[in-house]
Amino acid sequence: MSTDVVDMITVIVDGFEISVPKGTLVIRAAEKLGIQIPRFCDHPLLDPVGACRQCLVDIEINGRAFPKPQASCTIPVEPGMIVKTQLTSPVAEKAQKGVMELLLINHPLDCPVCDKGGECPLQNQAMSTGRTESRFEGTKRTFEKPINISSQVLLDRERCVLCARCTRFSDQIAGDPFITLNERGALQQVGIYEKQPFESYFSGNVVQICPVGALTGASYRFHARPFDLVSTPSACEHCAAGCSMRTDVRRGKTLRRLAGDDTDVNEEWNCDKGRWAFKYVTAADRITQPMVRDASGELQVASWPEALAAAAAGLQDKRAAVLVGGRVTLEDAYGYSKFARVALGTNDIDFRSRITSDEERDFLASTVVDSAPSYRDIDRADSILLVGFEPEEESPIVFLRINRQVRKRSLKVTTIGTKLSIGAEKLKANFVCVAPGTEAQAVAAQELTDKSIILVGERASESAGTLSAVVALAQKSGAKLAWIPRRAGERGALNAGAIGNLLPGGRPVTDAAARVDVAAAWGVDSLPAAVGRSSSEIFAAVNTGTLDALVIGGIDPVDADKSHEAISAIKKAFVVSLEIRESAVTKLADVVLPVAAITEKSGTFVNWEGRGRNFEAAVVESLNRSDVRILTMISEKLGRSIALPTVSSAAKEFASLGKWDGAVSAFVPVAPANAPTLGATDALLTSWRRLLDAGSLQDGEENLAGTARQTVIVISPSRAQSIGVVTGDAVRVSNSHGAIVLPVLVEAGAIHDDAVWMPRNSRGSHILATLAVANGAVVTVVKD
Amino acid sequence: MSENMNNEVEPTRRDLGLEAVTSKPVVNDGPASFTTQLLGFWVTFRTMFKKVNTVSYPEVKEPTAPRFHGRHQLNRHPDGLEKCIGCELCAWACPADAIYVEGESNTEEHRMSPGERFGKVYQINYLRCIFCGLCIEACPTRALTMTNEYELADDSRSKLIFEKEDLLAPLRQGMLAPPHAMYPGMDDSNYYKGDVLGFHPSQETSSEVKHD
Repeated sequence: MSTDVVDMITVIVDGFEISVPKGTLVIRAAEKLGIQIPRFCDHPLLDPVGACRQCLVDIEINGRAFPKPQASCTIPVEPGMIVKTQLTSPVAEKAQKGVMELLLINHPLDCPVCDKGGECPLQNQAMSTGRTESRFEGTKRTFEKPINISSQVLLDRERCVLCARCTRFSDQIAGDPFITLNERGALQQVGIYEKQPFESYFSGNVVQICPVGALTGASYRFHARPFDLVSTPSACEHCAAGCSMRTDVRRGKTLRRLAGDDTDVNEEWNCDKGRWAFKYVTAADRITQPMVRDASGELQVASWPEALAAAAAGLQDKRAAVLVGGRVTLEDAYGYSKFARVALGTNDIDFRSRITSDEERDFLASTVVDSAPSYRDIDRADSILLVGFEPEEESPIVFLRINRQVRKRSLKVTTIGTKLSIGAEKLKANFVCVAPGTEAQAVAAQELTDKSIILVGERASESAGTLSAVVALAQKSGAKLAWIPRRAGERGALNAGAIGNLLPGGRPVTDAAARVDVAAAWGVDSLPAAVGRSSSEIFAAVNTGTLDALVIGGIDPVDADKSHEAISAIKKAFVVSLEIRESAVTKLADVVLPVAAITEKSGTFVNWEGRGRNFEAAVVESLNRSDVRILTMISEKLGRSIALPTVSSAAKEFASLGKWDGAVSAFVPVAPANAPTLGATDALLTSWRRLLDAGSLQDGEENLAGTARQTVIVISPSRAQSIGVVTGDAVRVSNSHGAIVLPVLVEAGAIHDDAVWMPRNSRGSHILATLAVANGAVVTVVKD
Repeated sequence: MSENMNNEVEPTRRDLGLEAVTSKPVVNDGPASFTTQLLGFWVTFRTMFKKVNTVSYPEVKEPTAPRFHGRHQLNRHPDGLEKCIGCELCAWACPADAIYVEGESNTEEHRMSPGERFGKVYQINYLRCIFCGLCIEACPTRALTMTNEYELADDSRSKLIFEKEDLLAPLRQGMLAPPHAMYPGMDDSNYYKGDVLGFHPSQETSSEVKHD
């Protein structure tokens, strides 16, 4: 794109000449000169609308002046244009003052109770361009206030200046019909669609872009003023999109998070989860002190030296493995990776705490670890293929990026999935409906070009052969291939070698030169040569007695299928748990060591592009330390130090290792599994996690949970007919482990006749905990 | 470097330009005469017959000037609801950073002030306060005013951080302790206009229900 030749147009603004690309708006040309024209409705990422009229300027083209001042946010530059802003034109200045006076006529004098007070564009511009005293003597128009447009966004219509930023955002960026302008004239107001449910994962952005206090967040309401807050640039810990964020802290407590500005990644947007799900950090069950299980089997608070000694005693000379979890930073993952190899002398390490396969591990080592796809590839693609990936639910910023291209140039999107999702409908995607387990055949049948991009999600590992088919398709067509995991730490952990077949920097464990490379950097004689176990093999090995101890980071044992095996393994093994909150693991662990939550530490997340997202600690007063420091302390007690006492030392050492420049291991294709035979009431279960669900990082935020999508079971019309149900009836989905009863949604063309879909971890539908399976397994579906 | 330092010499009177200053030796003529001494005691003598200004504080306490800047007070509306809306404008205006405020939403079940917002936490740190009065100028609801009370000394630092309950005005005749509902038929603008003159019996029951 940057190589395209662009026509430059020279204009004169306030007597200064400037050349800008053709199509640039006057207001932006003035900005480039440092001339600030007041505005409310103008937003660089939204289409021009000219709604507020605050940016009026005097314009003349080739000696012919417009008869009246013009809105500079809607007029593109023309050759020979002379623009006079409020700085040089008394007419423009008077026009802007007049508009400001009109805007303030119906604006209530609410500033003391308004959350926007202190950071309000209207307040600032009323001070700079407004009158000191009002001439208005009538009665102000009033509305009932505030009204909830959702459980998390409040609307105060009196304060609205009708700039239409929020409605344009919902229409042009999010693509959700959640907010609109109703009525006309003096009674024009922002409202919600009364007949459609409020469903948007991006509603928080309207709070951020509202130039007045008309839209405010329920969670932040009345809690602070801008001058109370200490703002720290940060990165989002919720998904692998890698949003730049701003964390606002008052007296050591995070009060709000805002989307940061990064044109290459999240532009200026983020999702509601990233914005509002941060209360887990201050939850009541935060672990603040080390704990050791005593002889009677009770966890007792211990001092750090005691707890570290207990951890080291339990790990010393034992066959131990490491489970990292997908939510750690790159530095912490590097710490775990080095800890497993140096302190425990094993390659039994896996960051994947979900349903995985060895096919996926090979795929990550051969295809993903040295790849660098980017958001720009989405912008330039001629078509996009989604495989086992729901961008809106699993990586919302990727969804926004695709949605923009769909809107702008009707980008062709194809999704291969087991159920048509709301997000896919918004992307106008060509939905290739498959039964769970048969994705591979559908992938093989796709036609792509070398300008296409394949976005494959972490759920592709749940169906054997899918990733093999994806690799084959990419090789055949030359299309780009991007793996987008759901969790923020997975790509970083992969790069850091927190997996059994890779050492840091993408070095294959089986390559002797790679091992020598790393062993030299770490100052050890040799590194274990055998490929390590995967997470499910680790649990199985503990249960069969070939492993004795586990070092566990932030994982939930019910994130993978066969959760009962994981839990029995954690019960059986000696477990050292590094956690921020009480969890299923800490309840069973022998030593529990508290670690810092995201706001309390610095570090780096690596997003799906392979782009590092550095952040500093937002709460500097915290006594909690990052995992890597605690692992160093354990390793010192073990007598085999990993010598990474700080996050920055880990980052430095990892950077000095660099990337592997040798041969990567070859990908060995896997054949798809045979479809199981189904009885009359049998169906193949399929599911995914929704963005807003019962995830533990969303705990404590009821306003956010209020906008989660309805928990339903989805089946096809023919299955509905055969079991005699209609939409809204209760349906029971069961197997030998348990049963879930939920209302059913019968959707034609949205799901394969053999399949039944339900959300993986929503309220009332914790299917991994209840059914111990999540995808491709046979379950019984009957009317309840 | 050290050599240079050793070579430094004391500046002479000429270097300092003091030679041009003429000096005069002090002449001491011995004790002053008796009449001159008597004249010196005249001021003392005359003051003995004047009105005494000293107050025997703390037994006797003089009233201050009417607009003396003393301890702050958080006022109430005539029906007992708090005037403070927790807007933090006082904290913003404070040049000494002595005020800490946290706002909160009023709800139907728990109403402390008219309107949407009330001050949940209100602290003034009298170790910092300089009694300049900018906070009371900033207050948009006249919730914060200053009293004439000046006896603020205490024996520990923590005692000098006054909480909301230390600063709130006492409930007077016709006032009802919040939380309770607003006066029936009135809204927050009626309160600011002064239309509410006391509590309504229905407000009493609304608060009693809550206290049970």
